[in-house]
Amino acid sequence: MKISEIAKLLSCRVWCGGDELEGEVRSACGSDMMSDVLAYAKDHAVLLTGLVNPQVIRTAEMMDVICVVFVRGKEPTGAMISLAQQKGLVLLSTELRLFHACGILYANGLEG
Amino acid sequence: MSEPIILNYQVSAADFSHAGEASSNVKKTLKSLGFPPEVVRRVAIAMYEGEINMVIHAHGGEATASITPEEIEIILKDVGPGIPDIPLAMQEGYSTASDSVRGLGFGAGMGLPNMKRYTDFLQVNSVVGEGTTVRMIIRP
Repeated sequence: MKISEIAKLLSCRVWCGGDELEGEVRSACGSDMMSDVLAYAKDHAVLLTGLVNPQVIRTAEMMDVICVVFVRGKEPTGAMISLAQQKGLVLLSTELRLFHACGILYANGLEG
Repeated sequence: MSEPIILNYQVSAADFSHAGEASSNVKKTLKSLGFPPEVVRRVAIAMYEGEINMVIHAHGGEATASITPEEIEIILKDVGPGIPDIPLAMQEGYSTASDSVRGLGFGAGMGLPNMKRYTDFLQVNSVVGEGTTVRMIIRP
């Protein structure tokens, strides 16, 4: 699924990586625990989370996650945006809750 | 065996937001050396878990990566409180992390199990009150 489609389905705000929206994600992972993300996320995934701190960006970097969606209207900090830009990550946010956002993506064919 | 490339880092626990910089640097180096993406990813994840552990539990420490085409060895050395029961610490879900650490998204008791999962060799030596040394090897 293209990142642009995720952004459209979840009515996302784009925080950075706007020129990478045609990138393709192969799977998704939804969690507020980065330890679990490090155990289970696959590469070229989108990470959906309600956690907002720089370790979310670091975790995404280590896992080769290419896009992070902050749920429940959470907003990344300036330091996180700057780190994400350095790593070529796309940061999005949605007002939807984690369960709802994951459900929409799953219903549209994206698997975990 | 080829002469290894050695990368050495001081891991500071002063600022949690900087945790992961050493792993990020090693990841970048391995990528530029042309290691396969899956190998780079395994090293990055295992080392990052170790780096986070040093920041959370041991007030930082020293991280060394030794790279040859045959294997990547990571040594993480701290002078923290040590691990009293290593087999227990290796169990998925067991964690002594504080609630504040959990609030940051870590402390689910997956650190050491993840390090084992992503490496070909893992050795944990620890003396209570003196510190812990973790040695990991990943073979391409």
